[in-house]
Amino acid sequence: MDAALTPGPSAAGGTGENCAPAKIVVRNLVKVFGNRPAVALQMLEQGLHKDEIFRCTGQIVGVQDASFEIRSGEIFVIMGLSGSGKSTLIRLLNRLLEPTSGEVLVDGQNVASMDRRQLIDLRRRDMSMVFQSFALMPHRTVLDNAAFGLEVAGIDKAQREKRALQVLEQVGLTAFARKHPSELSGGMQQRVGLARALAVDPSLMLMDEAFSALDPLKRHEMQHVLLDLQRDHKRTIVFVSHDLDEAFRIGDRIAIMEGGSVVQVGDPHEIARNPATDYVRAFFRGVDLTRHLTVGDIARTDQVPIFPVPSNIPDEFGAAIEHLRSIKRHYGFLVDPAHRLIGVVSIDSLLRCLGQSRPDLAGALLDHVPALAGASPFREVLGQVARNPHPFPVIDGKGIYMGAVTQTILLEHLCDEETRNA
Amino acid sequence: MHDALPLGQWVSQFLNFVLAHDNGTLENLGKVIGAFTEAIEAVLVALPDWAVAGAISAIGLWRVGWKFGLFCAASFFVIIATGFWPATMSTLALITASAVISLVLGIPLGIWMARSDRVAALVRPVLDFMQTMPAFVYLIPAAMLFGLGKVPGVLATVIFAMPPAVRLTNLGIRQVNKEQVEAGIAFGCTPRQLLLKVQIPGAMPSIMAGVNQTIMMALSMVIIASMVGAGGLGNDVLASIQRLDIGLGFESGLSVVLLAIILDRITESFGASSAQPQASWRERARNLMARRQPSGP
Repeated sequence: MDAALTPGPSAAGGTGENCAPAKIVVRNLVKVFGNRPAVALQMLEQGLHKDEIFRCTGQIVGVQDASFEIRSGEIFVIMGLSGSGKSTLIRLLNRLLEPTSGEVLVDGQNVASMDRRQLIDLRRRDMSMVFQSFALMPHRTVLDNAAFGLEVAGIDKAQREKRALQVLEQVGLTAFARKHPSELSGGMQQRVGLARALAVDPSLMLMDEAFSALDPLKRHEMQHVLLDLQRDHKRTIVFVSHDLDEAFRIGDRIAIMEGGSVVQVGDPHEIARNPATDYVRAFFRGVDLTRHLTVGDIARTDQVPIFPVPSNIPDEFGAAIEHLRSIKRHYGFLVDPAHRLIGVVSIDSLLRCLGQSRPDLAGALLDHVPALAGASPFREVLGQVARNPHPFPVIDGKGIYMGAVTQTILLEHLCDEETRNA
Repeated sequence: MHDALPLGQWVSQFLNFVLAHDNGTLENLGKVIGAFTEAIEAVLVALPDWAVAGAISAIGLWRVGWKFGLFCAASFFVIIATGFWPATMSTLALITASAVISLVLGIPLGIWMARSDRVAALVRPVLDFMQTMPAFVYLIPAAMLFGLGKVPGVLATVIFAMPPAVRLTNLGIRQVNKEQVEAGIAFGCTPRQLLLKVQIPGAMPSIMAGVNQTIMMALSMVIIASMVGAGGLGNDVLASIQRLDIGLGFESGLSVVLLAIILDRITESFGASSAQPQASWRERARNLMARRQPSGP
């Protein structure tokens, strides 16, 4: 029992996201529904299609050879049409369904091979679940529902009610603690579902179509609640959804499922740009990607050269002018050694600076070109970029240079969008 | 009836074999059941009639509403005034004893059926048999094994009245919302916790419907059981048939009807309250004061 080997999701902040440790590792996971799974498994290994297997043996392949990793602290969205096996897959992670073969490692421990005691312990301590139909107990009050996981784990009444009130406050339901679920609206009921899942303070939350039963407005609202919670305290969240907008809004990475197989895993925009199969391409057709794109998503580093802050202004600016002329560019960005953006220069501004009697850095910078925040939506800056001939530098929250947005990039994106949807 | 397949002969041989070899276990069982039934009856008879009638009317008032409370009081007045109070209490004791035994055996069996398909497949035909065999037939082996009196009456009633409790418990647990059960498991319930905290509470409306059915079937059977000398209102009904006494038949029959309505409405109200969250007793008291029916959400 060495559950604490991997560090928890304490490492907040954006820089290290790519090297976050894996929270869940799924390897060659297979689920066969039926009375003779071994036969189906053998046929799968021989490379037969699941439809053929069903025809020959009546065995249904729910999940077929799924392998992927979920990083600590990310929201990982499993997407697919109904019947693609996504709800089956999420139930294999906490073993509501028994895997037929394969491994599910949570913090390095294989859930698939745990004995009953270990499994119950893990479910009580470190993972919880939110359901599509809310799955609240109708005979319990909101408070007792929220405290359900703690009650099962044997926490005494005073303590679990205190904790339940805390989480109800987080989801904004303190006033309804003594009500019964049937007295609440759908959106409020799912807040209770969320509170129940949060009460045990898990590092891993499984959410099965959690917001699908809500109307679009409420769904939006709940996505915000979830993102707010995630900002305060990063947990690993596995979120099953069939709604692409939702996946884009909340997902750090998404996995696309088709017919029980995971066909592509990655950053949503990356998948939209480079769909692995026709199925994935079809999946993304008709979705207005610009709605979800941020400036950071489209910023590129190959469009505008960057120069270090000069120590010897006349020499280095001279070289910069040469370089700009040789690559037929007019603008360049200055960055400091920590890669923070200092400002924007152009051939003209550099020449003007060199023409001064005492050339200084401030004289070379163009003061009418603002930097764009990488997190702001692409659509908000569209007009600004379209109206100005110069490139815009893009920086992240800490002022680090991310890339440039130019009119060319803008046009390319709009063109891509057209052809993708055609 | 025909000698080609002497099925009836085998059954009777089997029963005789049991009688010859049981070494007093049946007798002891009979004593326990008899003592249980008589204890209940002794209490009901020892209490003054107005106290029992008042208590049941009060339950009716509390659970169903003031109109029904009045109805209960009026019914008991009719029963007492026609002189059927002792017989009614005797019948009520038989019903209570049979229903308690039926539920104590039936609900756990229903839970077991719900958890195992094999048990369910095994028990279901037995239940069908128990319910469809003409009720009178049970009286024969019961009387053979236990003689005449309350004990065979209670046993025959248990056999007849138990199936709905078993069936509806099984059905109720199997029909608990699938995601609620999954939620129970996902939050780390042991099988026992799952049963007590999720499945049984979820199945409660169905279980209570089973309790109601069992009590109603027990009522109909204890009347028939008067044929083996179980006593109570059934005796009067039987006597009225033998003597073709329509007056006695109507009076005793009316007592049965009134008792049936009271038991049915009261047990039904417990089922309805578990189907939806019930208002607290304070709110109910306020509703009563305001002279209106408690309104559901």
